[in-house]
Order: sequence, then C-alpha cells, then structure tokens
Amino acid sequence: MSLDIVATYAVAAFLFIGAVFALIGVIGLLKFNDPMTRLHAPTKVGTVGIGALLLASILYFDTFHDGSIHELLIMAFLFVTAPISANFIAKVIIHQGTCETPPEPVTECTWSTLGSPNRKSDVVEAVNHTPE
Amino acid sequence: MSAATELMNFALITAFIVVAISQMLSMVRLFIGPTTGDRILALDTMVVNAIGLIVLLGMWQGTRMYFEPALLVAMLGFVSTVAYARFVLRGDIIE
Repeated sequence: MSLDIVATYAVAAFLFIGAVFALIGVIGLLKFNDPMTRLHAPTKVGTVGIGALLLASILYFDTFHDGSIHELLIMAFLFVTAPISANFIAKVIIHQGTCETPPEPVTECTWSTLGSPNRKSDVVEAVNHTPE
Repeated sequence: MSAATELMNFALITAFIVVAISQMLSMVRLFIGPTTGDRILALDTMVVNAIGLIVLLGMWQGTRMYFEPALLVAMLGFVSTVAYARFVLRGDIIE
C-alpha cells in the first residue's frame, strides 16, 4: 500500500470526522435548554469540525496537487477567534440576564462575573465596567 | 479509479450533505431565537459552517482558488460577530 492510498483514506476519514463534528455542534445548538449551555456546543465542537475539514483539504492538495499548507492560516485564525467571539456572546447573555442564575457560592464570596447572582443591576454594572 | 478514491469521493459528498444540513439546522435556531445571544451564536455558527462549505467546494473542483474567500469569510465573520455583540453590549460599535 503506497503512501498516496494511505493519504486518500486519511482525507476520507478527516472529511467524515469534520462533518460529524459540525453536525453534532449544531444539534447541541438546537437541543440544549439554556443559552449558556447552547453557547458551548457550536463554539467548541464546530471549531474542531472545521479544523478536521481543513486538515482534509491540506492532505488532499498535498496528495493530488502541488502541496501547500495555506489552510493552516485559516485554522489558526479560527482557533484564535472562536473563544473571543464566544466570550463576547457570553457577555451579551449575561448582560441581558437571559441565562439561568448560577448557584450560590459555597464560601462568603461572589462570582467573579456577577456581582450578586440575584440582582440584575449588579450584572449590568459588572458587564459595563470594563477597563478601557 | 481505486477504492480509496471512491471512498474519498463518497466522503466528500457526505460531508457536503451533512454540513448543508447543519447549516439549515442553525438557521432554525436563528429563526426561533429566543434571545439575542442565541441569534448571534447561530450567525457565528453559520459563518463557520460556510467556511467548511467553501473548503469542500475547493476540494470538489480541485482548485486552490477558494483559499482566499475562506480566509475572508473567516475574518468578516469574526468582525461581524464582535460588532453585533458590541452593539448589544454598549449600544454603539465605534465609540
């Protein structure tokens, strides 16, 4: 079995993995109940799916055409920006108070993001008070 | 055409169908909401899946031409997500 055949099988495997991960992420986006839990599914799983698709593209062009690794640029950009946009969406959800309130902390302290879990004005204040 | 190439073509078609289905399912979440955060998240997911569709199209046609569009869509998707979230958070995008 030559190296080309192994690479072709690897392209097929990465394509399957990427497609399944993308679908699982979107199913999580549809099925979960709370906005914060819905935030988890596509931002992690979907990013892994697209990473697998880009790996398949790299392997494909390396095998059948003149190879180059330009897709690594897209992958690096996506992997850097996906947590940032997820953080921004989480800020929006906290700002609007649409998520379930987190449970009381065990000790005599508060959650770092929410000043007090029960008062929405503190939540808005905590979100708006970002250091410039 | 060997068995490996046939399997790869089958995987390519399957990936097209599955990513298109997930694109439509995230469109459902975009419609039903119910909160603004969900809609921003659905749009972000659709952008990421669109990058996957562009990459798959480039593999299908066997050309490297679709690399730059995928990179542009990735950048524009991130910027638009941040702008949308910023608008909801601060009521303004560029202060």
